[in-house]
Amino acid sequence: MRMLLVITWLLFSLPAWAHKPSDSYLSLSVQNDHVEGQWDIALRDLDSAIGLDRDGDGQLTWGEVRNQHDQIKSYALSRLALSADSQACTTQLLEQLIDHHTDGAYSVLRFRSDCHGPIGQLAVDYRLLFDVDAQHKGLLRLTQRGHTSTAIFSRESSTQNFSIAEQSRWTESMQFIHEGIWHIWLGFDHVLFLLALLLPAVLIRVDDRWQAAKEFSEVCWNIITIVTAFTLAHSLTLSLATLDVIRLPSRLVESAIAGSVVLAGIGNLYPIMLDRRWMVAFGFGLIHGFGFASVLTDLGLPQDSLLLSLVSFNIGVEIGQLVIVALFLPMAYLIRRSWSYPKLILTGGSLTVIAIALIWFTERAFELQVFPA
Amino acid sequence: MIRFLINIHMIGWFILSQIGLVTAEPYRPQDDTQVLERLSFKASDPDTRKLERLRAELRQDPRNLDSAVKLATRYIEQGRSEGDPRFLGQAQAILSPWWSEPSPPPAALLLRATIKQNAHEFDQALADLDQLLATQPTNAQAWLTKASILLVQARYDEARRACQRLARLAASHVLIGCLSDIAGVTGQSARSRQLLREVLSNPDIVRRERVWIATILAEIAARVGAIREAEQSFSEAFKVGIKDQYLLGAYADFLLDQQRYQDVIFLLHSETRADGLLLRLAIAEQGLKLPTFEDHTAELLARFAASRERGTSVHVREEAWFTLALLHDVTRALPLAQANWAVQREPADARILLESAVAARNRAAAKPAIDWLNHNHVEDFRLRQLAQQIQEVAF
Repeated sequence: MRMLLVITWLLFSLPAWAHKPSDSYLSLSVQNDHVEGQWDIALRDLDSAIGLDRDGDGQLTWGEVRNQHDQIKSYALSRLALSADSQACTTQLLEQLIDHHTDGAYSVLRFRSDCHGPIGQLAVDYRLLFDVDAQHKGLLRLTQRGHTSTAIFSRESSTQNFSIAEQSRWTESMQFIHEGIWHIWLGFDHVLFLLALLLPAVLIRVDDRWQAAKEFSEVCWNIITIVTAFTLAHSLTLSLATLDVIRLPSRLVESAIAGSVVLAGIGNLYPIMLDRRWMVAFGFGLIHGFGFASVLTDLGLPQDSLLLSLVSFNIGVEIGQLVIVALFLPMAYLIRRSWSYPKLILTGGSLTVIAIALIWFTERAFELQVFPA
Repeated sequence: MIRFLINIHMIGWFILSQIGLVTAEPYRPQDDTQVLERLSFKASDPDTRKLERLRAELRQDPRNLDSAVKLATRYIEQGRSEGDPRFLGQAQAILSPWWSEPSPPPAALLLRATIKQNAHEFDQALADLDQLLATQPTNAQAWLTKASILLVQARYDEARRACQRLARLAASHVLIGCLSDIAGVTGQSARSRQLLREVLSNPDIVRRERVWIATILAEIAARVGAIREAEQSFSEAFKVGIKDQYLLGAYADFLLDQQRYQDVIFLLHSETRADGLLLRLAIAEQGLKLPTFEDHTAELLARFAASRERGTSVHVREEAWFTLALLHDVTRALPLAQANWAVQREPADARILLESAVAARNRAAAKPAIDWLNHNHVEDFRLRQLAQQIQEVAF
């Protein structure tokens, strides 16, 4: 009968369509002499490695995680070693946050590794969890000079080398232009801000009522002043922040950007600064520039061609912005005389912009998750 | 003013949720009591304490074979009931002292084969089993596992021979289950169903084995269109009360085939963690045009992308099915279905290959599955219908 008992546990095949296996997500962004990193590790994995469920109720609360930040830190940092040109880098943990991936909650570790001088060859030694889960993988995204590459760490290949290669100035510059264009298109807050400012540009205000602008040149002039002011302002702060002259906390910057979108929308409903909209564009443009700067830093800035990448990224942002204007202007100009433009498009559009931006503002300023992921 | 703010907030929330512009940034929770994650084991369970003891023993002596086998077995069992591959990786880690050895002890060899089988490394798993059976020809579990791999590879004669070795090693119902699973595909479904029904009428069959036998019977009955018998057998399997991912998936497939979408949603609404079950749930939601369908499709898309990124390919059958049924992308579904057919050949694999070929109007692509149907006299009325459809497809 012994055999029968054995059989009870392994009948036919296990379902192969199980859920996601254990992965961690490691992002490294190489900046001349140091590396900025973010490491997302599943809470379930941390629990099986060091035991987070202190009260043993089968649930992990934020309190349990927070109380064991030190253990998480020392466990994780002991399993990741970076070295540049055979010299070990010193890693410092900056903060621990929470994020939700498709398969559950992750602990997010943000860190910085200093590597005594410019990095030529980066070696990454990854040993997280392999002793506990032999099928664990570490998915790496390495960013340098606007260029991203990926690699996978497994038990069989736990150490990998990356050369922080010299690239031709031209490719590098194209990469940053490309990133700049995409950033303005995908960064919906910038698009919304710009649209909010542009919505009334095809109208003029006569006796407290909206009227369609008569001349195309008038409309163009309106738009040129707004876009130029926005560009000058964000280029200024983008440069200052990238060159490390001014530094602002990202939470402040991100909330202020959301706030600027709200105010731009309100400005359309209560038009008091109509003739000086370029000043609004300039003032808030200063804040948006700081937002661009944090993106640029994440891309991994080459120290020797800092200026080139800065200028290229900025050119990309301007191209992206001009495309938006080029799409918006003809359409708005054509329908500006219709009764629906001031009511439906200007008022309705501005209200929509305000609504969306208010949510962003709440999320960013109070660190609330309005949408549980 | 406040009411205006609240209203406008609601509008923003609605717009963002509709267009999916959700900014999922890492955050710092504000509330210590916020539950972030639910775990598989509760430390307060006596069962978990037993596992903890085994883990402690292994920390002292990682080469303690007895504890390692016990713990790895428990993990594989947990993986089966939850469908979580983490447990297989953990079982593998426990076996690491023996993992790369050319000839590990028999107990470790059996577990190694099981883990490799689950990773779809079928040939390596068979090699391990053959090595084990050369020294331990009476190991019933090894014969059974071997038969199941050969069945998935459509090597029916060899699978049958492996089952027959169980005759003197295990109780008769294990032999019947093993053989019927093969015979149910290869043209002897009536006899198989009769034998399996007799087995189930015996009240002494232990729980896991009852789930196994009832599931085999239900699937055979469903394939030949005996809907009522299939329904009864599925409910027999569920009555045992062991959570089993395979059973959930098989029953969901049965319900989907009859367009009983509401029942699928009732069955699977809380099973969103396992990819295969989430896929079936999303198909049902699509059938009922529920709004959750889009979220679940997006989620599955992300999971298949992640699986490709990590370089594993155990999900190809599901990915092909997902691509065809939810993305409606025929040109990508067919190569996936073909790649899957090269690895595994069960009725479900033939089904996705034929469906993709019909959708792509590609008769040549269907040929391997049709040859398999005819050569083995496969009894499956839906596969026969699909084979008929592909014949009608004009060149």
